Amino acid sequence: MIRSRFQNGLDELKERLLEMGGMAEAAIEMAAESYRKRDGRLAQQVFARERQINQSERTIDEIAVDLLAMQQPMATDLRFVLAVLKINADLERVGDLAVNIAQRSLDLLQEPEVEVPVDIARMTTAVATMVRRALESFLSAKIEVAQAVLEMDSIVDRMKDEAFVNLVAEMKRNPEQVRSYLDVLLIARSLERIADHATNIAEDVIFWVSGADVRHNFRLTQEADSDAPREQ
Amino acid sequence: MGVGIEVKELNAWFGKAQVLKEISIKIGANKVTAVIGPSGCGKSTFIRCLNRMHETNPEARLSGSVQVGDIDVYKHGQDAVDVRRRIGMVFQKPNPFPTMSIYDNVSAGLRLNGFHKRRELDQIVEHSLRMSALWDEVKDVLKKKSGASLSGGQQQRLCIARALAVQPELLLMDEPCSALDPISTGKIEELIFQLKAEYTVVIVTHNMQQAARVADYTGFFLMGKLIEYDKTEKIFTTPSDKRTEDYITGRFG
Repeated sequence: MIRSRFQNGLDELKERLLEMGGMAEAAIEMAAESYRKRDGRLAQQVFARERQINQSERTIDEIAVDLLAMQQPMATDLRFVLAVLKINADLERVGDLAVNIAQRSLDLLQEPEVEVPVDIARMTTAVATMVRRALESFLSAKIEVAQAVLEMDSIVDRMKDEAFVNLVAEMKRNPEQVRSYLDVLLIARSLERIADHATNIAEDVIFWVSGADVRHNFRLTQEADSDAPREQ
Repeated sequence: MGVGIEVKELNAWFGKAQVLKEISIKIGANKVTAVIGPSGCGKSTFIRCLNRMHETNPEARLSGSVQVGDIDVYKHGQDAVDVRRRIGMVFQKPNPFPTMSIYDNVSAGLRLNGFHKRRELDQIVEHSLRMSALWDEVKDVLKKKSGASLSGGQQQRLCIARALAVQPELLLMDEPCSALDPISTGKIEELIFQLKAEYTVVIVTHNMQQAARVADYTGFFLMGKLIEYDKTEKIFTTPSDKRTEDYITGRFG
């Protein structure tokens, strides 16, 4: 194998990022579970998991910066390292948002249990699926999988809008429970933001694999902006 | 001003070995174009075909056409020496005339062509040395020091000044920095960037980072063929051809 040290570095980045992705996924699910089961211990576990995620973020950044400095990656390798750096930041934010959900769950423990007109469990499933698919697309370098993540984002956005409308209506009806409804609203918003990060990850995978920038609704076509004649 | 280049169906041989196969390419005026590829891919032969240096090897043959500005390089009756005068070339190893003074090195080409006006020669020597970013280092010893007394990096800039003095329309560089340290390399790269205001530059380099740093366009050669030719940023971020990708990412072979 040519440039084995370089290749090992790239492989290590991929492994560590997937490992971090697994931790982020687990953190989302634990946070949602701590809300659903009103379980403070699960919330505490989310905090511990988030510290591991932060540690991973630093390690991945270090490896990526070393590879950029020492190996000067080009073309697909360059796009890969850049995508890893961005996905790394997105996963770290996912960890923070899981912590936000866990904090709201702990808050809710201080309040009497209320019926809420929002299906947080369903929203969590959708969001966790997006994160998992985004990571799958990274693992398999498959654009179709990444594309599917992008399409799911609007579904989660709609869920959040719906939650917002329903919760505001409920707040008006039961003003004494506003605190609880607000916590649930913040949980829905954190979930929706996690979906945004999953979308970013999918976009970065598309950039890595195809070289196309599909952020902000740009089409999946490479710009033919070259005015040089192309040879066979 | 620099001129554009148009190469059509260029084939070149050394004896029976074909080293360039059906190369067609248009190179823009006042652009820096890098030619990259593994050893033996034909990249040096390619630029040596642009100024008729290829035929200085007795085994060499070629077919096809090369147009450099208004010069039809291989037109019947075209004077090869005139072509080489109008297309400057800088080589891998600096090759100043060792015993001549710095001044004489730069002015040699002009004097050889019968140009002897003292004051204008002085001006051209100064301008050429300024263009090649050597003037400040040698202005006080122009006629006292010989070409050989300079450092490697200075010698290479002296060779660039010598090439510029005859006011070529195109400047070819064959691995101009491969024998130089990083500081001298940095100076030459900066110089190449400046030169494109007045010249078209084609540079052969083994150093891909160098191609990425200095060139507007990059052509990738492999086994005598031009595989891909595009804007440099495209070649180094999203090449179209798998072979280009494999070469620049080091997965070649």
